[in-house]
Amino acid sequence: MTTRTIAVVSAGLSNPSSTRLLADRLATATVEALRARGDDATVEVVELREHARGLADDLTTGFANPELQAAIDTVVGADAVIAVTPVFSASYSGLFKTFFDVIDSDALIGTPVLLAATAGTARHSLVVEFAMRPLFAYLRAVPVPTGVFAAGEDWAGGGSTALADRVDRAAGELADTVGGRPAATRPVDPFADPTTSFEELLKGS
Amino acid sequence: MQFGIFTVGDVTPDPTTGRTPTEAERLKSLVTIALKAEEVGLDVFAQGQHHNPPFVVSSPTTTLGYIAAKTEKLVLSTSTTLITTTDPVKIAEDFATLQHVADGRVDLMMGRGNTGPVYPWFGRDIRDGIPLAVENYQLLRRLWREDVVDWSGQFRTPLQGFTSTPRPLDGVPPFVWHGSIRSPQIAEQAAYYGDGFFHNHIFWPASHTQQMVEFYRRRFEHYGHGSADQAIVGLGGQVFMRKNSQDAVKEFRPYFDVAPVYGHGPSLEEFTSQTPLTVGSPQQVIERTLGFRDYVGDYQRQLFLMDHAGLPLKTVLEQLDILGEEVVPVLRKEFAALKPAHVPDAPTHASLVAAADGGHDTTVHAVDDVTGRTVEPATR
Repeated sequence: MTTRTIAVVSAGLSNPSSTRLLADRLATATVEALRARGDDATVEVVELREHARGLADDLTTGFANPELQAAIDTVVGADAVIAVTPVFSASYSGLFKTFFDVIDSDALIGTPVLLAATAGTARHSLVVEFAMRPLFAYLRAVPVPTGVFAAGEDWAGGGSTALADRVDRAAGELADTVGGRPAATRPVDPFADPTTSFEELLKGS
Repeated sequence: MQFGIFTVGDVTPDPTTGRTPTEAERLKSLVTIALKAEEVGLDVFAQGQHHNPPFVVSSPTTTLGYIAAKTEKLVLSTSTTLITTTDPVKIAEDFATLQHVADGRVDLMMGRGNTGPVYPWFGRDIRDGIPLAVENYQLLRRLWREDVVDWSGQFRTPLQGFTSTPRPLDGVPPFVWHGSIRSPQIAEQAAYYGDGFFHNHIFWPASHTQQMVEFYRRRFEHYGHGSADQAIVGLGGQVFMRKNSQDAVKEFRPYFDVAPVYGHGPSLEEFTSQTPLTVGSPQQVIERTLGFRDYVGDYQRQLFLMDHAGLPLKTVLEQLDILGEEVVPVLRKEFAALKPAHVPDAPTHASLVAAADGGHDTTVHAVDDVTGRTVEPATR
């Protein structure tokens, strides 16, 4: 049995927030799905609101303060990421985008990601597909096919299990993607001895 | 150990008055600052190179040559020389010339430059930054070390039978440092040649500096230039001092808050705790600077950034007085007491000449194609 680390990135701003609520449901479902497949899992939550100033500072200085760096290390070192944002002005929130802006663009290559978003109305439901999915394609992460979108009415339920079904399906896809992979390798250490000799660099290779 | 200052040569409004110096004022202030550095007993003055506003330092050897004529001891260096976008032939010529007029008081620090648009203005692409630094520097070394160079490469037009003149003073090229904030390839390049490695040590947390220097030292040893603790390391640093630390904080804050590069971001207090910036009393600067050794080991050169962010010349000169009179003498003594005997000092022209068994004139005399006659070498 392998213990997987699931990093949850929540860009919700209120407390409690529906974004965090959705993130927690996705995390719980993913842990259960992994257990059903014989893997254990731990969940680490990154609440971006706590890093709002740190993210703005990082934009100006080019480095993360210690708290933000710890959050980045958590996400970059995880076996899978659950990324959840509220919809602001027809896209992911600026805070959400800023977090993925300050992470090295190659830090999430090959990382399985579950994409999810919340909004007040279902008219934003394709945000996951037209905004979030291209972002993670650029990062060369591996988003699972099912994106989960929850509008206000989804929380009312009314006897419908539509949201719960989507959560379970997405969590199952994430668990399938994570399962059978080797445990996450931390990003390549840039200060390891080089694999290309300097003589080769000189030859222009 | 060498102590000095480095400047990027920015023209920045003074945020407390709104006044922006003219280019003429700024260039003259660079000279005044360099002369002050010598007056207060500093060893090194290093100047940047930029080819875009708000900078005035597009022609470093012009100002450095002028400063050379006005000084006696100061070592003139660069921070940095753009090895990516400057023709290595021009660097070879300019700095060999500077060596001659400055009697050898010259070294250089190579850098890549991080302003994207500058590259295409010189026919280059910032994405080729590392390959440009590698190829151009290898050519520069040959131009200084071989009288006649046949060369072809990826970036520059080929050279056939080319002699870079003047030849380096006493046949000894200037010592070279390589500066990089976060590219291990550049630390590797410095280690490969046994050149110096300089970390800017201003903008980012000390942990970044430590990683780069550790890597450089390990690779320096790998390439057989000596043990890791004998590698030649230089650090930047940024300080602002007043007798009372509260006065320093109060006076520097308006400059910090809107400074280019890091302004409008973290508070002064956050930035001083997260980076090597020290704003306080001379004693605080002494203690913080001595602490650099704890994470980079015994090192050879410490340069401070003093004139930036629109600080008026008068203030910069006051800072240099404090640095030269109260801080550096203590640092010199303390660092010297800590340094083991097997750790070398930073190379100078004199030490490089001695290492080469004494200098020799390497003038290459032209031969007349028709008569076969050569110019009589001048007797020395």
